[in-house]
Amino acid sequence: MTITNDYLPILILILVGIGLAGMFTIIGLVVGPKLRTREKAAPFESGFLGKGMEGYRYDVKFFMTALVFLVFDVEIVFLYPWTVQIRELGWFGFVASMVFISVLVIGLAYDWKKGALEWE
Amino acid sequence: MNLLLEILSIPLVQTILKIVFMIMLFAMPLGTLMTLMERKWSAMVQDRVGPNRANVGSFRGHGLAHIAADGLKSIFKEDTMPEGSDRFLYLIAPFFGLIAGVSVFAIVPIAAPIGSFTFQITDIEPGLLFIFAITSLSVYGAVLAGASSNSKFALLGGTRASAQMISYEVFMGLALMGIFMVYGSTRVSEIVDGQNAYWFGSLIPKWGILTQPLGFLLFTTALVAETKRAPFDAPEGESEIVAGYFLEYSGMRWSAFMLAEYVAIVGVAALVTTLFFGGYHVPWLHLWESAPEWLVRVLQFAKFTAFVVFFCWFQIQLRWTVPKFRFDQTMALGWKKLLPLSLANTVATAAVILIFV
Repeated sequence: MTITNDYLPILILILVGIGLAGMFTIIGLVVGPKLRTREKAAPFESGFLGKGMEGYRYDVKFFMTALVFLVFDVEIVFLYPWTVQIRELGWFGFVASMVFISVLVIGLAYDWKKGALEWE
Repeated sequence: MNLLLEILSIPLVQTILKIVFMIMLFAMPLGTLMTLMERKWSAMVQDRVGPNRANVGSFRGHGLAHIAADGLKSIFKEDTMPEGSDRFLYLIAPFFGLIAGVSVFAIVPIAAPIGSFTFQITDIEPGLLFIFAITSLSVYGAVLAGASSNSKFALLGGTRASAQMISYEVFMGLALMGIFMVYGSTRVSEIVDGQNAYWFGSLIPKWGILTQPLGFLLFTTALVAETKRAPFDAPEGESEIVAGYFLEYSGMRWSAFMLAEYVAIVGVAALVTTLFFGGYHVPWLHLWESAPEWLVRVLQFAKFTAFVVFFCWFQIQLRWTVPKFRFDQTMALGWKKLLPLSLANTVATAAVILIFV
């Protein structure tokens, strides 16, 4: 099995996904009626004409979540090689991973204590 | 006849046939049926009859004609684009969900291989790591749809969806580490074959749900949260932000989002079946030694399909069993309960394997 044989099907599947979505988009644009009015083109605002997006603010919580996610997701990637080789690496691998996981847990405890996980 | 066999032995032709079968004959029809299944079962739970009026001539089929009627209806609806939206991002947002939805089926095996021919589109070495990569792709669909619509509700839904999906991705990976440890591989075929072993002679099959019960709960929760369905539907909460990130979409592009969601449901069911319920392996079938090979394959496919349909139903039933979480509850559940639990599960599984095996 070469790289091409194994991964070509995935490329084809991605193309199938793109093709499906493209087909949907094109059918909708070609077949559907086009009766545009000003009210219809306006973004939904519970029946009022909206004031637009000026002055819209995000909650900073979303950025905090993204930061915490980044740290955790990248660190967890380092654990996958250990999980599939656990029997070969034995107790040495276990202790090494525990040190790594304890760093992760300290990080989680710090985030928790600092309130990065609080959403009122 | 010989020419036909020769064409069929080309790997690329086999791959394309497998893809056509898995996507066009398995995932998509099941996904479309799910739309009706969901409406019918919701009606049943609420003591209603549900959709049954659409008809082709005198054929109603307990609402089956509604699938065709819904499809036709959305084709002939206007495709609107709100003023001030980012046209390019608005155009490409529906693509991500469908790409992620169909790509999941690349690694799901539906029957045991015959010789070198596998009933699996591709059996790559990273296996499930590929699934993690591809499901995170669907975050883009929600974020781009929300950000490009120039609508406050859509943007709210998009930010919520992104925060929820990346949070649950963290311990989705952690929850499966137990499975990787028990079966010693991330390759799907090896995990499935590992579940064909038995405890006490041939009494209890070593299914993932029995070796990793906590892992099963955590992983299923994470997957349901990834598809943004109830009880984790704060990003699309009808009662507060109307429809969430795809609020401004209409017509066929809206259908693309809905189809992606239902294909994702089937994908979730297929993954749970493959990882925790023995995949295609029918338990105790090896006791029947004289079983013809073709019948074994048919039984395996039937067992796989039955479990997939069951878990599709399970996700609908979940929607009507568990009350919906508020968004802060969703995030607190993920980071404060499920993440420490999945870390503990990983450590405990490792210790148990090293002590007893």
